Amino acid sequence: MTATRVLQSEWTKIRSVQSTIWTLALAVVVTLALGALISIVTRNTFDDMPTQDRLFFDPTFVSFAGMGLGQLAMIVFGVLVVSNEYSTGMIRSSLAAVPRRGTFLFSKIAVAALLALVIGMITSFGAFFLGQALLGEHRASIGDQGVLRAVFGGGLYMALIAVFSMGIAAMLRSPMLSLGILMPFFFIISNILGNVDATRKVGQYLPDQAGSKVMQVITRPDNSAPYGPWGGLAIMAAWVVAALIGGYLVIKNRDA
Amino acid sequence: MIELEGLTKRYGAKLAVDRLTFTVRPGIVTGFLGPNGAGKSTTMRMMIGLDRPTAGDVRIDGRHYADLRDPLTYIGALLEAKAVHGGRSAYNHLLCLAQSNGIPRSRVHEVLETVGLTSVAKKRAKGFSMGMGQRLGIAAALLGDPRILMFDEPVNGLDPEGIHWIRNLMKRLAAEGRTVFVSSHLMSEMALTADHLVVIGQGRLLADTSMPEFIAQNSRSYVRLRAPEQERLRDLLDGAGITKVTAAKDGSLEAEGTDAARLGELAAEHGLVLHELSPQQASLEDAFMQLTAESVEYHAHSGGAAGAVDGHVLAEPPVAGVTAAGATTAGQPAAPAAEWGAGWREQQSGGRKSRKGS
Repeated sequence: MTATRVLQSEWTKIRSVQSTIWTLALAVVVTLALGALISIVTRNTFDDMPTQDRLFFDPTFVSFAGMGLGQLAMIVFGVLVVSNEYSTGMIRSSLAAVPRRGTFLFSKIAVAALLALVIGMITSFGAFFLGQALLGEHRASIGDQGVLRAVFGGGLYMALIAVFSMGIAAMLRSPMLSLGILMPFFFIISNILGNVDATRKVGQYLPDQAGSKVMQVITRPDNSAPYGPWGGLAIMAAWVVAALIGGYLVIKNRDA
Repeated sequence: MIELEGLTKRYGAKLAVDRLTFTVRPGIVTGFLGPNGAGKSTTMRMMIGLDRPTAGDVRIDGRHYADLRDPLTYIGALLEAKAVHGGRSAYNHLLCLAQSNGIPRSRVHEVLETVGLTSVAKKRAKGFSMGMGQRLGIAAALLGDPRILMFDEPVNGLDPEGIHWIRNLMKRLAAEGRTVFVSSHLMSEMALTADHLVVIGQGRLLADTSMPEFIAQNSRSYVRLRAPEQERLRDLLDGAGITKVTAAKDGSLEAEGTDAARLGELAAEHGLVLHELSPQQASLEDAFMQLTAESVEYHAHSGGAAGAVDGHVLAEPPVAGVTAAGATTAGQPAAPAAEWGAGWREQQSGGRKSRKGS
């Protein structure tokens, strides 16, 4: 009963600040727009692509091309939801009202995660259908083998990346510090580690590298990942759990 | 009722709060007095579970804060530092706090009305002036209609009207039988609002006494006498049975337990020349200064660590003011008192500035 009250309170908090609206709107718009653009370009240049690429063409994954950028808005959403409490001083009011810190943190994360999941699903399904419509004759159907899993997985991926960011923000508290670490990490460092041969063995276990596997329908022959789509998502989930445990320990033990 | 028992908070080598033991009793305004940095805010933060004590214990109505069900209905706190998300409206700020403690929505409207923020309830707190921000903080404290209220430096940066409003509010809350615990670094403020006084300096308890008692003990009244023949004057006073006489550092004598008229007549009777004969009253501010100056002195010598008190090395800069404070007599604002006032004025004008700016 008390938990329900705290969830309700956190919902009021999340819906009453503008950063929620613009970060989530940005996530949807960026992912859809970039996915659409790349789908159009792909359709127009399809015949010029190398045979290998045409043979293992993955129309579902192409329509998700905007997620790499769109996820950054999800990261900002996740970071701000938690760290705004600290940067504004609201945390003192919040913890005076809900002194059980685990209840406070996990209620907040539960509400934000649910919202991120809904927006993630909208983004994923939206990007898929828009992308397929623009891919013309190269399109995939939602009924094709593995496609529904990939689209559904795309929504989960977006939610998990947001929750991961919430855990990191709970550990670091500062929005600038959290964003300063997460943004370059997911936008640049992870991509380098995951695509350079020398570091791929390690890079493929990073949360976004492992998690994005679920969005692929066609497995390319050069794929070396030792896990399947759900295995990859499980690796990502493990990262999220670790971040949440870290965040919990920090909020539990440090002075507000 | 709030009970503190050996409450201690250590930040690294610095002991911010040092074994505080006292009780805040219901139905009265208890003033929590100490210079800036004495540990008042830290103590209050520990009371509501924001900071974890290094040692000791604090209980609200016999229970730890974290074990209170719907804590806002037991104790409402206005902390010194801002505790509002500026992007949220006053109404939503109060609503989210109310929901977490099962307080009905109608109560949010009530407290907004009480503090006079109804007209700006839908506005974002970012645009609030200092005084409006303070009122929002007080609205949050009143939200759960708690039996205990705690205010950390509530008049800081407020204009005279705001100060007046807060004073009356606190008196009204205490008159309703609530426990009111209010901190300040201004003795004059406490003298106006508090019934009971807890004084701390450098995290240590210096006094825990009722306000009338504190006034009786500390507002010493005496008559200052100055005569060219000081020894003869002394003998004269002795002969007249006036024994509470102390020699001040400037060469005058301070006689207690008598009045100026009698002393003047006594001198005239014996044909003694007086250069000064003036009744004096040491102010509460002076008494407080002296009380806390000792803790400042203590701090200056031992660097805040527990150790032997050496009250005689007065050469170091931070201690220079203390020497003056020790010699302070009424009516002559000594150096530290002037600094004190200057700090107060600075804060006041800072508060006005921010009001204008917003």
